[in-house]
Amino acid sequence: MNPNDPGVAPVREAELHAFIDGQLTSERQAELDLWLAQRPDEASRVEAYRSQKAALRALFDPVLDEPLPARLAAAARPRRQWHSLPAAAGFVLALLGGVAGWALHAGLTPAPAALAAAPTSATATATAAARASAFAQRAAIAHAVFSPEVRRPVEVDAAHEDQLVTWLSKRMGAPMKPPHLQSLGYALEGGRLLPGGQGPVAQFMYRDEAGQRLTLYVSNEVAELASPAGAASGTAFRFAREGQLNVFYWVEGRFGYALSAEADRNALAAVSEEVYRQLAAR
Amino acid sequence: MTPDGPAREQQLLTWLPRLRRYARALAGNREDADDLVQDTLLRAWSRPGLWGGVADVRAWLFAILHNLHVDAIRRSKITTVPLDEHTPEPPTPARQGERLAVLDLQGALDLLPAEQKEVILLVALEDMSYADIATLLSIPIGTVMSRLARGRERLRSLVEGRAEPVRLQVVK
Repeated sequence: MNPNDPGVAPVREAELHAFIDGQLTSERQAELDLWLAQRPDEASRVEAYRSQKAALRALFDPVLDEPLPARLAAAARPRRQWHSLPAAAGFVLALLGGVAGWALHAGLTPAPAALAAAPTSATATATAAARASAFAQRAAIAHAVFSPEVRRPVEVDAAHEDQLVTWLSKRMGAPMKPPHLQSLGYALEGGRLLPGGQGPVAQFMYRDEAGQRLTLYVSNEVAELASPAGAASGTAFRFAREGQLNVFYWVEGRFGYALSAEADRNALAAVSEEVYRQLAAR
Repeated sequence: MTPDGPAREQQLLTWLPRLRRYARALAGNREDADDLVQDTLLRAWSRPGLWGGVADVRAWLFAILHNLHVDAIRRSKITTVPLDEHTPEPPTPARQGERLAVLDLQGALDLLPAEQKEVILLVALEDMSYADIATLLSIPIGTVMSRLARGRERLRSLVEGRAEPVRLQVVK
C-alpha cells in the first residue's frame, strides 16, 4: 500500500485491465483514477492498453460492413427436414438393410417394372460389373490422392462456384452443378478436373465440420454400365470398400457417380440419397 | 418458447457480422475466418433442440465458434508434417538487436497464443464482461483476467518492437 493514498486498497494488475474495460464499480473506478494520477508509469501503460483496444476495433470493425458472402447467407437459412420425406427414409432403410443393387425409379416412386431385372446375357452383366468396379476404384484412388491435401485440395474453390460450374460443365459437355450437402453437414470446398479412362472426370470435394472429406466423382464414360433397359429403368446403387474408404456408386443417364469418404456406410448412404435426389430434381 | 425457423434465421443474421469480425481477427485471414463462421452456422442448425434453452444467442454462437477454432488448431497440429533432416533449413535471422522489428497489429496478434488472443478480442471487439467470457470459454474468471493481462502486455511489446515482453509484476 502506498502511504500517499491511505484509503486505497492495493491495486492488482487485473484491476488495471478491469479499469480500462469499465468493469469496476464506479467507486473503485474513481479510486484508480486518483491512484494512476500519481503513477505516470502505470498511467502510460494503461494508456497503451487503451489505445491498443481502440486500434483492434479500428482494424476489424470494417468487417462489419463487408457484404455477406452468399455461402454464409445460405448457411444461416433453416435446414430442410429431410427425414420428413417418406420416400427418402424408405430408401435409406433399404440401404441400411444391406440390400445390394437396390433399384430405385428416377421419380422416387415404387416401380415394380424397374425392380425386375431386365433380361441380359450373363456375359454382358459380368463385363458391366467389372467396369463398374474399375470405375469405383478410380474414384477411390482420386479420393485418396486429393483428400489429404491441406493447401490445394481443389483447383477451383467454392468461393468461385460459378466459375467452377462453368468450367467443369464446358469440359464435361453437360451441366455440372455440385449438389449442396450442408443439410448433411458437408460444405463444398470446390472441385477439380481429372483424367479418366478416355476423357475428363469431375471431382467435387466437400468437408464436414470435423474436417473429414467427401468427394463426388462424376464420369461420363460409364453410360454402358447402365442397365441394358436404359436410363428409364432405374438406378442401381452399389457399394465398395477400399481399406478405410467407403464408396457408393451408381449410374444415372449418361453419367456415373461415385461418393467416397471415410465416413461410415450408413452416413454415406444418406449422402448418396441426397445427392441422387438433387440430381434427379434437375 | 422455441423460435421457429425464420425467427432463428433472423437471429443468426443479426449476429453474423459480429461473428465474422471476431473470426477474422482470430483466424487472421478471410477464407479461414468465413469457414469458421460457416461451420458455426452449420453446427447451430444441427442442434436446433438447443435453441429453446439458449438465453444468450450471441454467447452461444461465440462458444460454438470457439470450440470449432480450438478443434481446428488441434487438428492442424496433428496434420503438420515435420521437416526431415534432408530438408534445407531456411536461414534464421539473427536474434540480436537488429531483430527488433516493429510489427503491425495484425502480425503481432497472429503471434499471440490463441487463448490470449481470444480473451483480448472478446473484450475489445465484443465488450464482453469478464464473467461472460469465463462462461463462454469454460474457464475461471481469474484465468480470463490473467490471460488478458499477459496477452495485452505481450501484444504491446510485439507492436513496440521489444524483443521480449516485460515481466509482469504485481503493482504495489
